[in-house]
Amino acid sequence: MTDSTVKITASPHVRSADSTIRIMWSVVISLVPVVAASIYFFGPSAILVIVASVAGCLLTERLFGSNPGSLADGSAMITGLLLGLTLPPGFPLWMAFLGGGFGMAFGKIIYGGLGQNIFNPALVGRAFLQAAFPVAITTWPAKTQQWWTLQGDNFALPFMSPVVDAATSATPLGNLKFGDDPVVTPLFDLFFGTTGGSLGETSALLILLGGLYLAYRGHLNWHIPLSIFVSTFLVSGLFYALGISQFPPLFMLFSGGMMLGAFYMATDMVTSPITNKGCWLFGFGIGFLVVVIRIWGGLPEGVMYAILLMNALVPFINRATQPRLFGTSGKKKKEEASQ
Amino acid sequence: MKGLLSFKHGVHPPENKDITAGIASRRFPFPEEIILPLSQHIGTPAKALVKPGDYIERGDVIAEAAGFISSAVHATASGTVKSIELWPHPSGNMAPSIRIAVDPNSAQMRRPRTVPRWQDVKDEDLSKEIGKAGIVGLGGAAFPSHVKLNPPKDQPIDLLLINGCECEPYLTSDHRTMLERPDDVYTGIRIALKALGITRAVIGIEANKPDAIEMMRKTAPSDLDVTVQPLQVKYPQGAEKMLIKAVTGREVPSGALPSAIGALVQNVATSANVAAVFESGQPLIERIITISGRGIQKPGNWVIPFGTKLRDVIDQCGGLTDDAAEIVFGGPMMGLGQANLDVPILKATGGILVLSKDECKRQDILPCIRCGKCLEVCPIFLNPQLMGALAKAERFEELEAEANLKDCMLCGCCSYVCPSNIPLSQLFMAARIQLKRLSVS
Repeated sequence: MTDSTVKITASPHVRSADSTIRIMWSVVISLVPVVAASIYFFGPSAILVIVASVAGCLLTERLFGSNPGSLADGSAMITGLLLGLTLPPGFPLWMAFLGGGFGMAFGKIIYGGLGQNIFNPALVGRAFLQAAFPVAITTWPAKTQQWWTLQGDNFALPFMSPVVDAATSATPLGNLKFGDDPVVTPLFDLFFGTTGGSLGETSALLILLGGLYLAYRGHLNWHIPLSIFVSTFLVSGLFYALGISQFPPLFMLFSGGMMLGAFYMATDMVTSPITNKGCWLFGFGIGFLVVVIRIWGGLPEGVMYAILLMNALVPFINRATQPRLFGTSGKKKKEEASQ
Repeated sequence: MKGLLSFKHGVHPPENKDITAGIASRRFPFPEEIILPLSQHIGTPAKALVKPGDYIERGDVIAEAAGFISSAVHATASGTVKSIELWPHPSGNMAPSIRIAVDPNSAQMRRPRTVPRWQDVKDEDLSKEIGKAGIVGLGGAAFPSHVKLNPPKDQPIDLLLINGCECEPYLTSDHRTMLERPDDVYTGIRIALKALGITRAVIGIEANKPDAIEMMRKTAPSDLDVTVQPLQVKYPQGAEKMLIKAVTGREVPSGALPSAIGALVQNVATSANVAAVFESGQPLIERIITISGRGIQKPGNWVIPFGTKLRDVIDQCGGLTDDAAEIVFGGPMMGLGQANLDVPILKATGGILVLSKDECKRQDILPCIRCGKCLEVCPIFLNPQLMGALAKAERFEELEAEANLKDCMLCGCCSYVCPSNIPLSQLFMAARIQLKRLSVS
């Protein structure tokens, strides 16, 4: 080696092995069991819906993303998977595709791409679908007889109203809220996923395992799911005890999009607070809003809007929860000096 | 390792100290030429006392302190002054330096120098003797020791902390100093205690050096009120504020010096060299330096005269390996990358690292995903994420006024953990330089 080939860089000269790309892909890997479970429960429809949503995301990122290499960071893949998992199994594929594209374009790219967005892109996509196709997104076809039969109207053509199967089933939340004969679905069914619902809503167990894996790897801030669960449990417990709501606290925790939302949506690093203290506020807010929307809202489910609303507050939470500067009692020296 | 005293946050990079920790220090051969910059310390550069053609002997003072915060420079080998000229300095600039052609026929014996017994020197005069010997802090900052040992009268010191943490990966020079010169360290502690007029000292050592802890405990004089305190292995445990926090539980107020809470920190190698001043009359002319990294053929610990050129050190250590990629003065977390093999070793150079390609891999910089890992490691509890965004946007005034840039130690923890490889501490360093220029203009 001659003098001229020596690299000159600023310190530190060593770096941790952790990388954003590795974080993103390990999130993808942790979702594999959840995707597999959705296929197990709902048949080929599940994979079709997920593929359509992922395709929408990847294509939009490729076409409009900040640079051609941005597909490799895995974030578009995560958005596609997460959006797909929030959709019902019989969802028309073109809608899933459109939702993925919308979420990517208006949830992320328009803000300047990775790291710049305010709202979780997967939830932006879902909120769009909820507004545009309210019927399709709340239609849960009854389980088909054979595993390989497609559910609902996956292949409905664009802008032709999907023909809904006569036989539909209610989700545990919808049943309890709007059913003629409300029943509380047993926890066992909720936990292992043998209930109706969106693709990834149903198996609390696998999502919990995926989330714990990510938390163990340090790729997920466990303060967020924990604070959401604590808050949901306490707030819904209070209302349940007062006789105001018909939702038992544990049912609240394991039904609907709670698990997926708490472990995968709310913990999106870009759209969650930066300090642990902030994450607790954020999680408490989500839990509270979920309970309020589920009890008094016009929809059976509230996780999506709860997270989106709290996403909007993140800049304020960040400002309010700046760390205390070493050697001071506050976040700024100025305050110290004026004392 | 848990349960030991420490500070909050910080990182734990691979230690890589086993490369050289077990290698006893050896005397480095005198090179043909010595380059002694007038600025080897924080403060005003020293004023040269020699002129080209002068024959000087090893240990002679060749430049005197110029101002309150300044330090003398001594000849580290006998020979003839060639010139005083601008020479590449490890800081990356050119700096006025004294070039000495080392006398090949000299036995390199020091000129006998009469120094009073330290026990006989008045407390307040001790620091003068230490100043005359050109002692500076050897932990890396190179702050003149005689200034440090003369704290403001309104901020009395009551605790002397001896820093044996050596929290930078790879470096083992403090480790070897404790193993090889424990008595000198203790004598240095006695002298510092006398200079400060206090009695209590604590030696903080990271728990990854059990043999050094054992050695310091074994050799502790029974008449001295000194505790050897093992500390959790965590970077930057050896930073003054972090060491004080770990040992005393107290935080040095933002913007203040450790003396504000009655503490004074001195590196173990500084202590050992203070002892040498009074024991043998030797000023600060050499020290133990670790040569390590997987890019050097023969790593080791050497007692090297200051002013020896990087080139000579690399040659002595068998040369570079094929995959050598980066040469660093200091540790891998805060050390300075070197571009020129002619730069001399300075008083505060505790180590020279030659890192291989694998050791200093660089990955592409990705956008910040606000993961918050930088906040979780910052030992000063700053918000490096926000600071990085402000620095990138060149909002320097805000960075200083709102984001407390001045409190940043540039320890590099944030850059180390950033999964998007954003060079945060580099941005902060650049921002400081820009702010300085703004305030000048």
